[in-house]
Amino acid sequence: MSTHSAKITTPKLIVRDLNFHYGTERALKDVNLTIQEKMVTAFIGPSGCGKSTLLRTFNRMYELYPNQKATGEVLLDGENILDKKQDLNMLRAKVGMVFQKPTPFPMSIYDNIAFGVKLYERLSRYDMDERVEWALSKAALWTEAKDKLKKNGTSLSGGQQQRLCIARAIAVKPQVLLLDEPTSALDPISTAHIEKLINELKTDFTIVIVTHNMQQAARVSDFTAYMYLGNLIEFGDTSSIFTNPKHKETEDYITGRFG
Amino acid sequence: MFELVRESRLKYQYWLDIAFRNVTRLAAFSVLILLLALIGSLIVASLPSIQAFGFGFLKSPEWNPVTDEFGALVPIVGTLVTSAIALLIAIPISFGIAIFLTELSPRWLRRPLGIAIELLAGIPSIIYGMWGLFVFAPLFAEHVQPWLIEKLGPSPLFGPLFQGIPMGVGILTAGIILAIMVIPFIASVMRDVFEIVPTLLKESAYGLGATTWEVMWNVVLPYTKIGVVGGIMLGLGRALGETMAVTFVIGNAHKLSASLLMPGNSISSALANEFNEAVGGLYTSALVELGLILFFITFVVLSMARYMLHRLAKREGT
Repeated sequence: MSTHSAKITTPKLIVRDLNFHYGTERALKDVNLTIQEKMVTAFIGPSGCGKSTLLRTFNRMYELYPNQKATGEVLLDGENILDKKQDLNMLRAKVGMVFQKPTPFPMSIYDNIAFGVKLYERLSRYDMDERVEWALSKAALWTEAKDKLKKNGTSLSGGQQQRLCIARAIAVKPQVLLLDEPTSALDPISTAHIEKLINELKTDFTIVIVTHNMQQAARVSDFTAYMYLGNLIEFGDTSSIFTNPKHKETEDYITGRFG
Repeated sequence: MFELVRESRLKYQYWLDIAFRNVTRLAAFSVLILLLALIGSLIVASLPSIQAFGFGFLKSPEWNPVTDEFGALVPIVGTLVTSAIALLIAIPISFGIAIFLTELSPRWLRRPLGIAIELLAGIPSIIYGMWGLFVFAPLFAEHVQPWLIEKLGPSPLFGPLFQGIPMGVGILTAGIILAIMVIPFIASVMRDVFEIVPTLLKESAYGLGATTWEVMWNVVLPYTKIGVVGGIMLGLGRALGETMAVTFVIGNAHKLSASLLMPGNSISSALANEFNEAVGGLYTSALVELGLILFFITFVVLSMARYMLHRLAKREGT
């Protein structure tokens, strides 16, 4: 679907010589790649290849846990976010994340969206209402949710909950949106919803998606990175990765002979 | 012949099974019988007092063994106020302990701290009482109470609560000792329920840029509120019934005072102190009725706790 022969691209995230350690175990090995602005980049590879680890360095989520360490550089608009001086909360306001399973907060649909916004902005009731509607509309949930904004987020179906989580993430107006296997807990129809949504969201956001569904990567992404055992094996245009892979390992994986 | 042996064997097992079932049933029902017998005897023994004073017993501050005039107001108020003070102090501290243990503490410190809290829960209450009377109360009287009287005494809102002379013992001291005693219970329940919060839920909140406090207060606490309330109720149940420690430091005076620095009495310490000297039917009966009231209060509190924990377990299951 994504045949971009001549893309006009600007680098948004540049990863340089990135290494990641869980204690003494090395989970990423000298990873180098560039993520383009307002494009969808997919990370694929078998379980344990480091694709989620790589994603989690972009908002430094690993900092919550002891003994996890990233070295190298990750430049967001030229600024190294791995720098000690980087404020974590500000980073996470710029780099939003959606997880494997829907994780609505134990509060109303409205408050689920407003929670993140309130961390950074002091909005009037009217502006907040507008922001909530904007985020829910962006996430294609407004028509379904507009009559039950006061209801608990957990009252929605699984697919709706995941769209609520996407709405929550984009409500704070991040620049980059990280999706960590966002459809792995959803049925095919909800998955199709989310994939359509990803396509629409890339006009506003730079999107990085981790998936173990290769068809999904082929459908939604402009660029694909294939990883294996902590190494970035191949990275490039999605169409060329899937039609004309340069490495034997990549070909084996995408043709289903391996993984 | 072989058939015959097998049949008798089966028959034997059949009877064994029935016997076993009945023995375990008896054991189980004996608990119910004991409970009913306990309530029954409490009610029977307090009948004379109930007949003599009626509902007035609950409202009267009088407690005069000489004239056989008894009212439960002072010990009821003492019990409720000391427990309320205990919760007021213990809840925020326990919340802090639980946050630190689940989110902030380095891994190597978690176990020793957890064990220390469990040890604190295991200390016999008489030791808390002794420590309260001989160590805490004198220090409290010397360093804290004068300050409370001086600074808060003149305040129009809280003033009445902090009047009198610094004696060390009193309602406030009892509340503080009780707080120390219930902290381990509340803190360990809070820690346990915080630990069952899904990692992804917390990461979602951190992922929006929330601070640890914002995650705990806005996401973790609402998610675990039923369990947290259950833990608080368990602490409250213990505070309401605590006898020895309170008896040491509450002052044991049947006087109603607005000041928290004045001595008072609680139901359980009134019972512990006066049963020896209770002569005459009505005196004993009034004490038993106090016991019945305490039984009722704790029963209600503990049922509420059970109910809330049950609801939490049910929600986890779905």
